[in-house]
Amino acid sequence: MSDSQKKGYLPFLIPGIIFFLIIIAVPFAMNVFISFTKWTGVGTPDFIGFGNYIKILSDTVFWISFRNNIIMILAVTVIPTILGLIFAVILFDHISAYFGLKTVNLIRSGIYLPQIMPIAIAGVVWGWILNPGFGVLNWILEAVNLGNLAHNWLGDAKTALPTIMFIMVWFQIGYPLVIFMSAMQRIDPELMEAASLDGAGWLERLKITIYMIRPEIMVVVLTTTIASLKLFAQIFVLTRGGPGNATLVPSYFAYQNFFEKARVGYGATISTIMTIIIVILTIIFIKTQLKFEKEESA
Amino acid sequence: MIALKNSTLSRKVNSYALLLIMTVIAAGMLIPFLLVIINAFKTPAEYAAAGPLSLPKSLYLGGIIEFWKRVSFEKSLLNSFVISFSVSVIALILSCLNAFVLGIGKIKGRAVLLVLFIIANTLPQEALAYPLYYMAKLFKIYDTQLVVILIFSVIQSAFGTYLLSSVYSRFPVEIIEAARVDGCSKFEMLIYIILPNSKASLSVLFTFFFIWTWNEFFLPLIMLVSKAKQTVPIAVSITQGQHNMDVTMASASAMLGIIPCIIFFVIFQRTLTRGVTAGSVK
Repeated sequence: MSDSQKKGYLPFLIPGIIFFLIIIAVPFAMNVFISFTKWTGVGTPDFIGFGNYIKILSDTVFWISFRNNIIMILAVTVIPTILGLIFAVILFDHISAYFGLKTVNLIRSGIYLPQIMPIAIAGVVWGWILNPGFGVLNWILEAVNLGNLAHNWLGDAKTALPTIMFIMVWFQIGYPLVIFMSAMQRIDPELMEAASLDGAGWLERLKITIYMIRPEIMVVVLTTTIASLKLFAQIFVLTRGGPGNATLVPSYFAYQNFFEKARVGYGATISTIMTIIIVILTIIFIKTQLKFEKEESA
Repeated sequence: MIALKNSTLSRKVNSYALLLIMTVIAAGMLIPFLLVIINAFKTPAEYAAAGPLSLPKSLYLGGIIEFWKRVSFEKSLLNSFVISFSVSVIALILSCLNAFVLGIGKIKGRAVLLVLFIIANTLPQEALAYPLYYMAKLFKIYDTQLVVILIFSVIQSAFGTYLLSSVYSRFPVEIIEAARVDGCSKFEMLIYIILPNSKASLSVLFTFFFIWTWNEFFLPLIMLVSKAKQTVPIAVSITQGQHNMDVTMASASAMLGIIPCIIFFVIFQRTLTRGVTAGSVK
């Protein structure tokens, strides 16, 4: 197409660009600007240059929240990806061969079900189960004479983070499972048969599977890592970052600074730092997508 | 021969063992849902006496009704529905317009624009929250459904633009050329040729936009402060921990939060699995 023909398309982009500027670009630029100021949200912001950024480097609370978030990647990305892969292989290779697709679909739906809920509602469900006063879990522990194990799971600084991590594994695992199972349909069954005839054990077959579905593994790892850096609702619902700062994550820390502590400049600094990390991950994501697309067409 | 038989037998035993394990895991995943549902129908007294694991002796609706009234749940449902539906429609229109330019028109600089749209979709919401909050107050649309609809229309359409552009970039060039030769305007081409031929992708996107918006938490929490405006996830979660909320009412509230999602899952199951795997992005 010539350039003059292409020109006719541009007017269709106008609404999209205007909305993009008002809702995304301008607010984002404002947020970056605010991060260089000291501001309570009323009056004029005081420009302080890199003041907030220097302060944040030595702010132990921020680093605790950051560390918690890195640990959370285990529960949102690492464990679900590994378990999802194992489950996908079991369902795809073994169960479907002997018991048919219907059985496989039923099990897959069961494991996927938590994914359809708002994470906040998942938080409400687990908050109810784990309630120290009337919760189900402690009731069961008492009932089987393990009452000494019963305690305030989310109220104890030692168990709060692991408990939320457990909930996140429960919530997340359906996502890699569904993606990996559909990816495995691409693998030529003859390839696996040939490998088996050559005496390949389950480990070699697993290695072949991982190699064949590595684009999807990358998609899952990167999208869930980005998602884990945005964790907010479950922290808000279950612990509000506590006890102490045991479950604090940067997004909640930013929220506190914006709306509870009236330290808007500092909140903007936290969110700008998180944005930089997420944008870097997003660019890696785009690059790997392009690389796999190229390999596919080559 | 015997060795071969043994190995097929052991494979069979293995498969049954694996089936058992996977069934137990899948059932275990569902236990939280079951617990919430059976206890939503008990009186607090029955819960105290018989514990959480027994089935309810009778269907007690008191907890559900009490919670429903407390948050005016019909309003939350309506709010969530109006917001999610409007967002899906507007986001779909924006996605189509953008993708028409980027995927079919293939204008210069489209790669940069696509990257911007992807980043817009993955941006952490706290990086937009305060300026949006400030602007909403300035333009006097704070605490209205309109502001939430506008924001999520753009965030969802950023994803839609990315996905549809890649679908449209594979659209057969001959058809576009033929339409152009026949004197079809760009607008007619979009309406009569491109849209009818991408119905499948559009329905997947619509479903995703609807459910994602329904599930949103952070920005609706900030923007919708009055009870009458709140969406289901906000209304259900901020009532938790109120001291006059008893145990079975708490489970009733969780159940009311879950039910719409299960209905969507049943209605949209096929579109959803198709979409999750086709776009493989959440």
